[in-house]
Amino acid sequence: MIQIRDLLIQRNGIDALRIDSLDIQRGETLTVVGPNGAGKSTLLLALARLIKPASGEIIYDGRSQKQWDELEYRRKISFVFQSPLLMDMSVEQNVALGLTFRGTPKEEISERVGKWMKQLGVEALSKRRAGQLSGGEAQRVSLARAFVLDPELLLLDEPFSALDPPTRAKLFEDLSALLKEDHRTAVFVTHNLNEATKLSHRIAVIVGGILRQVGTAKQIKSRPADETVAAFLHELPQ
Amino acid sequence: MTEIFNITLLSLQVSAIATVISLLVGLPFGTWLALGNFRGRSFILSIINTGMALPPVVVGLVVAIMLWRSGPLGSLHLIYTPVAIIIAQTIIAAPVVTGLTAAALEALDPRLQQQLLGLGASRGQMIWYLWREARLPLLAALMAGFGSVISEVGASMMVGGNIRGQTRVLTTAIVLETSKGEFGQALALSTLLLVLTYLINLALTWIQQRGAKK
Repeated sequence: MIQIRDLLIQRNGIDALRIDSLDIQRGETLTVVGPNGAGKSTLLLALARLIKPASGEIIYDGRSQKQWDELEYRRKISFVFQSPLLMDMSVEQNVALGLTFRGTPKEEISERVGKWMKQLGVEALSKRRAGQLSGGEAQRVSLARAFVLDPELLLLDEPFSALDPPTRAKLFEDLSALLKEDHRTAVFVTHNLNEATKLSHRIAVIVGGILRQVGTAKQIKSRPADETVAAFLHELPQ
Repeated sequence: MTEIFNITLLSLQVSAIATVISLLVGLPFGTWLALGNFRGRSFILSIINTGMALPPVVVGLVVAIMLWRSGPLGSLHLIYTPVAIIIAQTIIAAPVVTGLTAAALEALDPRLQQQLLGLGASRGQMIWYLWREARLPLLAALMAGFGSVISEVGASMMVGGNIRGQTRVLTTAIVLETSKGEFGQALALSTLLLVLTYLINLALTWIQQRGAKK
């Protein structure tokens, strides 16, 4: 589904991410791990076409980014950020936001929003303002807002990092079930190797702005590609 | 009484038109400055911020020179007309609306732009929703723009000429009455100006607070 070739992304003139080759299969959950500032979020932003590569290519469904109309491309994707970034409106309106952008008919919006609010357990909060939600509730709304779009590719940038451990564990379980249920293609950034192992088909390790290794959790844990990967894995919470 | 009504109406008309033009210019320009990432952006912002404190008499002088019969735009015959006052007041209010629009949008979380685009918003939809998110400070920008022109006297006097029945507005009428020693008349006009300004700001504040609770 996605092929990344010789990708170089620079931020403020400095190399932020270099990937020689990375393929993501349809229906696959790829987890990206790496230390802070390693370039994980940069990868997601590039996949969402929110930043431009200095060189190299991201091929999606056989077409390079240049061959895609920007808006058409972006509308195949949903992005969930580290913080929920909800708009100052009701939960229901927040969940409906992406569908509103796409000009989806009102009846369909209502039906899909209702379904996903229920699925993520925020149905009872539908009329509440975003500012009145707890961190966990807000992130649930953020996930509902992404899933309701039925995206071909779901990008999740450490969506649980600001949550307390019990909320994080519950939300992780729910997300894990959702991803397994509908075999959605997803790229998930986390610091937690345990989460990465449970959630994903494969793990990509980025350290120092370079993609070092891609493989199953077992392969990465048993045969780290180099000392940098081994040292990084050693420091991760298990 | 009819004269006071006409003066009040003209004051409201010219200041409202100047504020609307300032909004039409300042909202997109301020948005471009807030969201843009280009060389010279800080310099333009510093000019706009300086423009927010432009002395109305200086604006009046420059506009008068431009519109003077022998000036570059003299052939338009606009000096001492309400249009000249609108031009001068727009030059006063536009930097206020532009600067406060830029500040309002810069105060939003910068990741909000990426989030909106990441949910499939077009550039236009993203900007619309950013405006919606910053609606309270944007309304404050509108109020500040209107406040800066309804209360100014220097520019209106210089380019309007305070001609009875044609370009006399509340502030220039107050100056005239004071210069004649008619303090009672001047005080009555001042009270009228204050009440009008209060009522308009009350209405805008009501809209603003209603937006805050929504």
